Amino acid sequence: MACPPASQLSSFELLGFGACGWGDTLLLGLGNSIMIALGAYALGFLIGIFGAFGKLYGGPVTRDLTAIYTTLVRAVPELVLILILYYAVPGAVNEVLVSLGRERIILPQFITGVAVLAFVQGAYQTEVLRGAILAVPQGQIEAARAMGMSNLLIARRIIFPLMTANAMPGLGNLWLNATKDTALLAVIGFSELTKATFQASATTKAFFTFYPAAMALYLMVSLTSIYAFGRIEAWARTGQRDVRG
Amino acid sequence: MRAFLQPHRIVMILIAVALVAVCVTQMRWDWLANPKYQSLLVQGVWRSVWLTAVTMCIGMVLAIPIGLAQVVGPWYLAIPARLFCTVIRGTPLLMQIWVLYYGLGSLFPSIPGIRDSVLWPILRQAWPYAVVALSLSVAGYEGEVMRGALKGVPHGQLEAAKSMGMSRFTILRRIWLPQAVQRVLPTIGGETVLQLKSTPLVSTITIMETYAVAGRIRQDTFIIYEPLLVLAVIYMMITGVIVLAFRWFENRLPQRTA
Repeated sequence: MACPPASQLSSFELLGFGACGWGDTLLLGLGNSIMIALGAYALGFLIGIFGAFGKLYGGPVTRDLTAIYTTLVRAVPELVLILILYYAVPGAVNEVLVSLGRERIILPQFITGVAVLAFVQGAYQTEVLRGAILAVPQGQIEAARAMGMSNLLIARRIIFPLMTANAMPGLGNLWLNATKDTALLAVIGFSELTKATFQASATTKAFFTFYPAAMALYLMVSLTSIYAFGRIEAWARTGQRDVRG
Repeated sequence: MRAFLQPHRIVMILIAVALVAVCVTQMRWDWLANPKYQSLLVQGVWRSVWLTAVTMCIGMVLAIPIGLAQVVGPWYLAIPARLFCTVIRGTPLLMQIWVLYYGLGSLFPSIPGIRDSVLWPILRQAWPYAVVALSLSVAGYEGEVMRGALKGVPHGQLEAAKSMGMSRFTILRRIWLPQAVQRVLPTIGGETVLQLKSTPLVSTITIMETYAVAGRIRQDTFIIYEPLLVLAVIYMMITGVIVLAFRWFENRLPQRTA
């Protein structure tokens, strides 16, 4: 490439697109971060729903297993869990494949990353959703049962709509955590925003161009999400009485 | 005890014991007997605990003025405090650590005279950057918590203090701060666990705490899972100690009535 040395480029050129700029690398990293966060959050939400209902309405074994899951995951640092699962998940998948007589595969980093973060997210979402379900007035569920609704129908028609407003603040915080936790994948070499920033700044030595730019990108995501979750909560609380009177 | 030992629990405990037995017999644990790794592990655990404790203390001390500035400060203090909390809470800790270590760390040598100053032997090492980054992180999160706690102190208390003729500083010292801190205390236990869980991030800037020691052992011995399992168990034990310590501490404090 016919680029001048990085020291001769302005911050504007360094952050720009094209041959000499790193803007596309950073944006690609941001895209990766958001994709992973979305995937992990969605999968974690599924785990959380099953975990929360298992914890509240499951049999004794399900209750104990979910309790062990949430306690263990929340007591061990995310980075350690990510590292353990990063080696364990592809290993386990390959064991299964080999025992089925198939060939070993190499799992794409993206899928491993999403699975690992979802496993962590799931534990936290279980707790948030459990709290939200508990805050649904008991009489509503009893009334639904008295109307002869099936359990699934009660969950879909009564519990979900009523718990949404209670769950939103916690779920919003967890979404922010999910976006920030994607940075941990930088440690295992996934090229998301933090890793891309590190590479860009290590190559050009322009630390105070790239880090503030990446932080601004993260902040943009955070602030947009805070606003969006605020709107969703306001929507979910439509028709509720304002407790402040 | 009867309530705990239900039949399915006994089965689960047996399965757990069997799993542990399989782990102990089937996996490689000879490296644990190596005195070099033992001393490294002890050092690493000590560093993790030390980092958690020191940064929690510094962060809490910083959080009080940050909370105060947001509640009663003039705009030229309130806006920077709010901005600081937003930036710290809105960006990943890993990135904050790297900004300080790689960014500031590369800036310092270019400042003339700093290499000859007395500060240089300290600035050359990694731990000051780790302590600063982790403390600022605590300050950002706790500053927000302190803001809520300071706002939560009943207004009548402050008015009563004012009518007693207390000066503003005395009100802060005798009435406002103690009540705010008492409101915050239950959350500090949880925050300390979170802080412990973020210390592994400083291993990326060459600090040999527990996580880095496990990584080193894995590189030396080519054993993949065992050091990671030990790592998880160590963190769980430290977390347990923190939780128990705070429970004991909270029981000793007078309970707020009403």
